[in-house]
Amino acid sequence: MTDLGPLIPRNREAHPDAYFPDYKTSVARSPNLPLLTMESGPSEETGPTFGHSAIGALDNNLILNWTKGAAPAVGERILMHGRVLDENARPVPNTLVEIWQANAGGRYRHKKDSYLAPLDPNFGGCGRTLTDENGCYQFLTIRPGAYPWPNRGNDWRPMHIHISVYGHSFGQRLITQMYFEGDPLIPLCPIAATIRNRSQLDRLVAPLDMAHSRPLDYLAYKFDIVLRGRRQTMFENKIEGM
Amino acid sequence: MVQPLNVLTETASQTAGPYVHIGLMPTYAGNAGYYDAEIGTSPIADGAKGQVIEIVGSVYDGTGWALRDALIESWQADAEGRFAGQDGADPAVSGHCRFAADAITGEFTLRTVKPGRVPSRYGRAFAPHISLWVVARGINIGLQTRIYFEDEDNEGDPLLSRIEQRPRVQTLIAKKTGDGRYRFDIRLQGEGETVFLDI
Repeated sequence: MTDLGPLIPRNREAHPDAYFPDYKTSVARSPNLPLLTMESGPSEETGPTFGHSAIGALDNNLILNWTKGAAPAVGERILMHGRVLDENARPVPNTLVEIWQANAGGRYRHKKDSYLAPLDPNFGGCGRTLTDENGCYQFLTIRPGAYPWPNRGNDWRPMHIHISVYGHSFGQRLITQMYFEGDPLIPLCPIAATIRNRSQLDRLVAPLDMAHSRPLDYLAYKFDIVLRGRRQTMFENKIEGM
Repeated sequence: MVQPLNVLTETASQTAGPYVHIGLMPTYAGNAGYYDAEIGTSPIADGAKGQVIEIVGSVYDGTGWALRDALIESWQADAEGRFAGQDGADPAVSGHCRFAADAITGEFTLRTVKPGRVPSRYGRAFAPHISLWVVARGINIGLQTRIYFEDEDNEGDPLLSRIEQRPRVQTLIAKKTGDGRYRFDIRLQGEGETVFLDI
């Protein structure tokens, strides 16, 4: 197997701090000691692959997949789409993108969610797809509602969709959240605020994308994702041993 | 002014939140049958070569309480130290698993084969290990760590060698509790804090 080179070290400034007291749960769940830094090796540079055979035809259609196509979910119909790239701006093809979210009222279909907003009998809230050869992905879904959570006295999560991406190596593994353009709850949210770098937070806010919306059917939001890159990909013609 | 570098910055992480299981382990979330095939239910298939082992443990917070909502992914080589997709790798070892802490007990179980030694780029091989990635509510960016084994030769492992405080090495070593059975607890914070990696 060719050695594609080590992963580019993670820029921790671009990520949230582990300890962020306004997000109360982080206080007892954040390491006190520094991380052990080391150049990536085979365990981080390889990763699982997922075939198209495992993915069902409706897996990226959350409007229909809970009822296997029998009845559509209630709410604002949206297309969520974008590209997965690496830090060298190369597309990441055939990688698994998974999402989960609350329904239009802000209620999750999870045994532990007891929010008084009702479940939608036609909405499960879970989807997955593989990126195409250009790193593109898309989901049809319902725009999730905001919901309250027990943190400070009156905290509400902005509308958001959780996203999990693999990339091609275990060291690229990433989970994040997509927010929606114009949501006034974003600046109030302590989880969003864990990201101190303003431009990094802005990049989690998906713009309304009228060009990809479908008249009389759905609106669109665009959300691009960048994963860690490999160092040698920038220096493919380097002299051996340099 | 200087030329632009034209490199991108990695997308910022956010916590997986309390309902991560809906998306990654639908059956665990109470939504059995959502997908025809769930991903990462086992790192091995029937006929996997090597010793089948079972690792049991918990993820503890800074107060000593076992998390009930943690989700862990593992990634490992086969018994010969080859990763899925590499030449000669055991086709019965996907090497990837997702598992959750039990909602009542807070205990997880990983059933797999014991991995072989893995070569490093610079010569010295890594002792047998399983890479872990831990996410949960309250964890803003997934925590990476490794399981090593107390009944393997861990001397000279390139990663363990870098841990300055030698007692901390023990936080990465699974303790044998029986034939093919191990205990590996993860302590997020405080006394006995697990070594987490930036790798």
